[in-house]
Amino acid sequence: MKKNPPMTIAEKILSAHSGRKQVFPGELIEVRVDFALGNDITAPLAIKAFKEIGARRVFRRDRIALVPDHFTPAKDILSAEQCKVLREFARQQHIVHFFEIGEAGIEHALLPEKGLVLPGDLVIGADSHTCTYGAIGAFSTGVGSTDLGAVMATGRIWLKVPESIKLIYDGKLNPWVSGKDLILFTIGDIGVDGALYQAMEFCGSTIRHLPMSGRFTMANMAIEAGGKNGIIEPDEITLHYIKSRAKRPYRIYRSDPKAYYVQERYYDVSKIYPQVALPHLPSNVKDVREVGKIEIDQVVIGSCTNGHLDDLRVAAQVLKGKKISSSLRLIIIPATQEIYYQAMKEGLIEIFLSAGSVISPPTCGPCLGGHMGILAKGERALATTNRNFRGRMGDADSEVYLSNPAVAAASAIKGRICHPEEVIGKGLKG
Amino acid sequence: MKLEGKVWKFGSDIDTDAIIPARYLNQSDPKQLAKHVMEDERPRFSKRVKRGDVLVADKNFGCGSSREHAPLALKEAGISCIIAKSFARIFYRNGLNIGLPLLESPEASEEIEEGDRVRVDLSKGEIFDLTKKKKFLASPIPPFMQELLRDGGLIPHLRKRKKWFRKK
Ligand code: SF4
Repeated sequence: MKKNPPMTIAEKILSAHSGRKQVFPGELIEVRVDFALGNDITAPLAIKAFKEIGARRVFRRDRIALVPDHFTPAKDILSAEQCKVLREFARQQHIVHFFEIGEAGIEHALLPEKGLVLPGDLVIGADSHTCTYGAIGAFSTGVGSTDLGAVMATGRIWLKVPESIKLIYDGKLNPWVSGKDLILFTIGDIGVDGALYQAMEFCGSTIRHLPMSGRFTMANMAIEAGGKNGIIEPDEITLHYIKSRAKRPYRIYRSDPKAYYVQERYYDVSKIYPQVALPHLPSNVKDVREVGKIEIDQVVIGSCTNGHLDDLRVAAQVLKGKKISSSLRLIIIPATQEIYYQAMKEGLIEIFLSAGSVISPPTCGPCLGGHMGILAKGERALATTNRNFRGRMGDADSEVYLSNPAVAAASAIKGRICHPEEVIGKGLKG
Repeated sequence: MKLEGKVWKFGSDIDTDAIIPARYLNQSDPKQLAKHVMEDERPRFSKRVKRGDVLVADKNFGCGSSREHAPLALKEAGISCIIAKSFARIFYRNGLNIGLPLLESPEASEEIEEGDRVRVDLSKGEIFDLTKKKKFLASPIPPFMQELLRDGGLIPHLRKRKKWFRKK
């Protein structure tokens, strides 16, 4: 029997979905989509496109998720109208996975939690952080609304096969270092277009020990380096996460040892300390100990990047028994209802409240400058989100700094950006 | 397809939040979006831009969020074509999908200046700077995407080829 030529995990999933034995980087292929998603900003335009194409029925009513998460609970009349478009379309098409607030949360935390996206899947979402699901070994990438409209109609999409770049992380994490720091460090290293159009494959001994939350964070921010997707080979940790959640079969793909990578980069993580991205690009990173005295007006802990239960646990560990600085506001946003509920059961919410923070219902909220904590002119925020573009969280003359949840929590106590050790000493790793 | 217009020049890593800030995304009417296009980046841009004008930018144009509202707002404001050193991937797809031509040409991006008049021949991938009297070549648009552009975007393209749909 002839053996298949070596391929990366990304190429294997693409070729399996294109019905071909092999695909080559640079090729334009048409693939079958396993799961598609849209939110309250992107889906209304996608639904319009769907109708304009002349389609009557969605390709599969159980393989589409519509998640109103950006401006929800609806922040104004226009936002309410957008949610209504989703709701009515979902009813009319009998879409199974429409999530009303109360059962919802931020799409990229919600879908894996509900077991809707699985290893080996090809996932297309009208949201740039759709790349998050690469953490469970899916090929998952973001598109715009018209593309989503076409996918909902046809179940198919054209894609260019990306070149793969291999990012190897080796060694033991330093105290208070998490997946967020690894990915920020990487983006600082390769730049905001360092992986433009490419598949970023994260591997190495560090990744093998990284919990799912950290893996989601890393794959989530592949787009911040311009990547088409981020991907991590499934292992025991992945399977442990998936097993109780999956309601349909899935497939594990792994890169062949001789697969081709345009680039391989090696990171000795023992040299990586908590990172902070300074305005106005995620690549503008510094070691937290080197940022100097930066006073802040607001801290946000949440988003699809760092709104996971593990993130809240780390934040609570830092905040326990302490009060935040009177010079700032701390907003904490559990990414999903489930996370919120767990955080409550574990007593985290109580810690947050006694520390003086406000808890927002699960929503994207301030991450994209939507609502629930917009910045005024000249204000400065430290956030566990993924983007610090100019004006991202409010006024065009406000500033956003990015960090992991431990740094964010510690800084909320100090009133300025600081290393968690200034507040609590050597802690657990996230 | 030939286009001609005045150039608006932008730098590198222009993100979609700069093109259209999220505070305007609680609706998706292109006319409303166009009113605010680039307003944090260049005040009153939407008022000053004329139909047919060309946007020339440095690398990684349109990085960040997947909002199709960004190319829609630019197109509605009158921008007929964008030339850049490189485009962020989702923006590139979105542009072509809504029928907004995008050309990659590092030389053109370097040399063309704000206010120049340029003419673009899309089928040949040629860019003429009429002010400087210089010609640049863009990386060729793959045939499949040219077909998309000729059809006017992904929607008309799919409408023409109904083969894929479940009709029920
Ligand atoms: S949390 Fe922020 S980055 Fe994530 S989907 Fe929402 S707006 Fe986008």
